Amino acid sequence: MPNPPNPLPDAELQCRALADLIRPHVARNPALVGIHSGGAWIAARLRELLGLPDDIGLIDVSFYRDDFAEKGLHPQVKPTVIPFDVEGRHLILVDDVLYTGRTTRAALNELFDYGRPASVALAVLADRGGRELPVAATWCVWDIDLAAGDNLVLERDDRGRLAWRLENA
Amino acid sequence: MHNPQLNANGELTHLLSIEGLPPAILTQILDTAASFMEVSAREVKKVPLLRGKSVFNLFFENSTRTRTTFEIAAKRLSADVINLDINKSSASKGETLLDTIDNLCAMHANLFVVRHASSGAPYLIADHLRRVGRDDIHVVNAGDGRHAHPTQGLLDMYTIRHYKKDFTQLRVAIVGDILHSRVARSDIHALTSLGVPEVRAIGPETLLPKHLDRLGVHVFHDMAAGLRDVDVIIMLRLQNERMTGALLPSASEYFRHYGLTPQKLALASPDAIVMHPGPMNRGVEIHSAVADGPQAVILPQVTFGIAVRMAVMSIVAGN
Repeated sequence: MPNPPNPLPDAELQCRALADLIRPHVARNPALVGIHSGGAWIAARLRELLGLPDDIGLIDVSFYRDDFAEKGLHPQVKPTVIPFDVEGRHLILVDDVLYTGRTTRAALNELFDYGRPASVALAVLADRGGRELPVAATWCVWDIDLAAGDNLVLERDDRGRLAWRLENA
Repeated sequence: MHNPQLNANGELTHLLSIEGLPPAILTQILDTAASFMEVSAREVKKVPLLRGKSVFNLFFENSTRTRTTFEIAAKRLSADVINLDINKSSASKGETLLDTIDNLCAMHANLFVVRHASSGAPYLIADHLRRVGRDDIHVVNAGDGRHAHPTQGLLDMYTIRHYKKDFTQLRVAIVGDILHSRVARSDIHALTSLGVPEVRAIGPETLLPKHLDRLGVHVFHDMAAGLRDVDVIIMLRLQNERMTGALLPSASEYFRHYGLTPQKLALASPDAIVMHPGPMNRGVEIHSAVADGPQAVILPQVTFGIAVRMAVMSIVAGN
């Protein structure tokens, strides 16, 4: 994987590239589920770009995390809202950064408490490696190699524009 | 000053009383409860947060609603729930409270939900757990004597926020036997802490504690004056045993003065909500037309109570 470029790539352009990857599959009428908070912003973009009819779902995986015993409950849990019937549906789970795979695992567990989807795909803007579970993205537009202490953060400004920020440990 | 409810990081590790809790923690509990409301609305009403944990319901005093909603809340968090009806067990054989606790710790308890007739019993248990080095075991007060009923106070705040959105513009009246009511005490502390500008207490002199004004509460002995323009009415249960003493002449006399009838409710703000912690005495503190009327939110309170108790248990168990 390449090291992080300077400056960081344009997240808005990456959303368009991700939509282009997904577009051949919209005939199955997929529904989008964004993982709070970056994934939800990207899912909202993808819905516009792909012209999907359903409102996006929003998942906060705090109630399903595997590190509750060490870290406790996140102080600001947002409600999970799935505004469509999951049963039998093709779902696209959307996140900003794929790292250990633990968030994806938690999101899958939560989704299945709403019903049995026909399929679940995973769309992410960035894959930073470092997987601790057998999880892979279906669609990804940016492979990047980061040191363990680095943190890649997606931010949204007042005008709703998405941009990357890199936090160094 | 050491706050026995908070750990070294200032996080909630026991819920013993609303008094002394930072408003940010109250808000965190209400926000978390809102997320649990979503869980209760879906097909599988469970999350795995407390999987493998054991919650012991220790009820040294009778309760149906509170015990049941704690049990449902713990089960929706995937905990194992053990209900101990202490009246029928060791305490009646002479075992001390702390010996009972030590035995339950040896059974790998993770969280105690405690209802006790003596004010301060949950504090005694939390303090004991600290002294024996069991910071991993948590205590939630489900009502102690006349002192506090913090989860009821929190579910009342959740209910008020749900219907009224903003605490900082409200007039709230608490009506009835405030002297003996742990619910009233928890409500008063929570309302004040969350920024309600006007809290009123309405009741006969014999059922109101002295010095309520020191808590910032406005005292009324006349329902008509006290209910005028309020946004929220919290009715309290009149316990039957009060009737036998010298505090009140009779139930019908009480109802005439302090029972919430449609006529008295009309004095409040037109969109006022009516709350009651249950169990209700119809025809004693509340008229059936009000209890079953469009302004009553008494049954939603029960539903919110499950989400609030899920929030409290999951927050303390993680700290």
